[in-house]
Amino acid sequence: MLALIPLFPLAGFVVNATLGRRLSKGVSGGLASLAMLASFGVSAVAVWQLAGMAPEARTVEQVLYTWIASGDLQIEAAFRLDQLSAVMILVVTGIGSLIHIYSTAYMHEETDGEFARYFSYLNLFAAFMLVLVLGASFPLMFVGWEGVGLCSYLLIGFWFRKRSASDAGKKAFIVNRVGDYAFILGMLSVFAQFGTLDFEAVAAAVAALPPEAGFGAISLAALLLFIGATGKSAQIPLYTWLPDAMEGPTPVSALIHAATMVTAGVYMIGRNAVLFSHAPDTMSIVAVIGAATALMAGTIGLVQNDIKRVLAYSTVSQLGYMFLAMGVGAFGAGIFHLYTHAFFKALLFLGSGAVIHALHGEQDLRNMGGLKKELPITYWTFLIGAVAIAGVPGLSGFFSKDEILFETFVEGHRVLWFVGMLTALLTATYMFRLVYLTFHGERRHDGPGGGHLHDAPPAMALVLIVLAVGSVAAGWIGIPHAVGGHNRLHTWLEPAFEAPGEREPEAGALATAGAQAGVEAEGAGAEAGEASHEALEVALMGVSSAVALSGIAFAWFVWIRRRQVADNMVRELPALHRLLLNKYYVDELYDAAIVQPIKVASEEGLWRWFDVRVIDGAVNGTGAVVDAGASLLRRLQTGSVRSYASSLLVGVLLILGYYLWR
Amino acid sequence: MIPLGHYLIVSAVLFAIGTTGVFLRRNLITILLSIEIMLNAVNLSFVAFGRAAGDMDGQIITFFVMTVAAAEAAVGLALIIALFRHRESLNPDAFTSLKW
Repeated sequence: MLALIPLFPLAGFVVNATLGRRLSKGVSGGLASLAMLASFGVSAVAVWQLAGMAPEARTVEQVLYTWIASGDLQIEAAFRLDQLSAVMILVVTGIGSLIHIYSTAYMHEETDGEFARYFSYLNLFAAFMLVLVLGASFPLMFVGWEGVGLCSYLLIGFWFRKRSASDAGKKAFIVNRVGDYAFILGMLSVFAQFGTLDFEAVAAAVAALPPEAGFGAISLAALLLFIGATGKSAQIPLYTWLPDAMEGPTPVSALIHAATMVTAGVYMIGRNAVLFSHAPDTMSIVAVIGAATALMAGTIGLVQNDIKRVLAYSTVSQLGYMFLAMGVGAFGAGIFHLYTHAFFKALLFLGSGAVIHALHGEQDLRNMGGLKKELPITYWTFLIGAVAIAGVPGLSGFFSKDEILFETFVEGHRVLWFVGMLTALLTATYMFRLVYLTFHGERRHDGPGGGHLHDAPPAMALVLIVLAVGSVAAGWIGIPHAVGGHNRLHTWLEPAFEAPGEREPEAGALATAGAQAGVEAEGAGAEAGEASHEALEVALMGVSSAVALSGIAFAWFVWIRRRQVADNMVRELPALHRLLLNKYYVDELYDAAIVQPIKVASEEGLWRWFDVRVIDGAVNGTGAVVDAGASLLRRLQTGSVRSYASSLLVGVLLILGYYLWR
Repeated sequence: MIPLGHYLIVSAVLFAIGTTGVFLRRNLITILLSIEIMLNAVNLSFVAFGRAAGDMDGQIITFFVMTVAAAEAAVGLALIIALFRHRESLNPDAFTSLKW
């Protein structure tokens, strides 16, 4: 049954890719959406069955066939559904279905063939993403990993006639390859260490070892895997492709470059939680990189003028939060944020898509403003998304972000906690800057023909509303104990982060899980400790709520109340503004440090020297030698019969002489 | 009885004469005749060896050689006629157009 989940979108891909040209838009779009909905249905049933099992036995495995059998290496093509992949498949198929439906309206201006091509890519992406999250071993995950990278490339470059789009696609693909290479190396070092590539077997093997004291083999393997994750999940140093990926159609940005694919790295670390928690050094690196990325992307997001780019940097920043959570061992919190982020970031992207749709392709914030009245549905849903991501209490983003910050604080990473708080402030500020510049203030655009703007068509509006509801309510399954809730998601996910052997029934009792990384919040053991913990948690919640609200208030003050403040700041700090506007010149740095040297080495070294001189030289040299030899030999062929006869005679005499005087 | 060596010497002399003719004469017909002399030199040595060995093999193979020589003369003369029609010449140096 598990195989059906990726199979539906795959079938949709095959149909749309082969027959798409001849199908009408309604048929091809409907088919693709239906495939996703079917996949969602199967996923829901599968997760329902999973939930019916005993907590420590919640694993469903389906072996399709033996994929690779070579000596000791035995790899099955197997899907495995556990608590973690259950969350992921629901997010992927659920959000995926919504975005498919949204796309049927958004992409309506394309021709039939292009429309079908779009949906075939989208379905293929979903199929690969589901393989990624359901794969029971590294190689199968890698198949999905590469597949989603391919679809990302295809979809970023969907409008490939536009130069910048095809460049952005290539950039995404190449930057991802760097990470993928590290991922392969990580996979190989895991295999070298443990002789297996199955996630459960690796976890069991790692669990038998003590956590590494220094930077040893496990840390190296984990670090390489993490570098792979930085590529796919857009973390420092490989994040530069994600903002450029906004060249793709907006629903693609929502699905692939915000809600699902970019979270693959977070998922991968969660999947290998046991491995990572045995590598404390690597975990520190993960946490620091995550926090640094969150802060850096947040500052860049503050000054960007393209509506989608702001959201892109916001995605990078939120992914940084997830890695921060993973790095401090709060795997549950990281996945929780992944899940809530999928809702509100998809909502924000789709909302920005609706704005762009209404303005016929305008993406510059400086040319928007005052859209509140004309696009009420878009405005209200977008506002809900912004409130959710900003971390206003009660909405989904609040609970997940707060859990991350709390865990960071409790684990003793005060500096990282402070960075996280600062990022939270930035998040609230740049999100509301976006809201205010887009929807409030005076209208700074003429509109198409200066006329009335059309709000989102029904299919888009429906999706926006559903996602808005999700953005509000998605966090409610993880309300912390401290404020009278029960973190169901946490309890649900917990066994997935432990090695199979440790999943004893007693582990269900939270007290014994205290030693496990990431469960400190509940597992503090003693009542008194728990009480002080909860007090601390409530206090930290208060701090982060205050931070979020002050960020919003600051944005309101700067971009609504006193418009000149922003301009003044730009004038006062031109260097800083330029630095942020140009994204810390990281692209330029990479270009100078990596791209140009490679280009020069390729052109001068590989092309002009190796290819032209060595390879072409060898080929031409062979020809020249044959030519010269032939022009020598042709002198032998005189055409004169008697010269042939005399050489015959000489030859005969030589042979005879040899035998006679031997 | 004449010893075998004498026959062989005559045969060698004949062969050398034939070879010299092939190389030195400038007329295709003469060259063809020289080749016949070479063949007959060989025939002589075959017969001499056959006689010395006391069996008929030498004579039998000589008949074969004579048959081949007759056929060769026929074909060769026909070729020479064809060549002559082509170039109005019997000098072998006139026929070097096979060279590149």
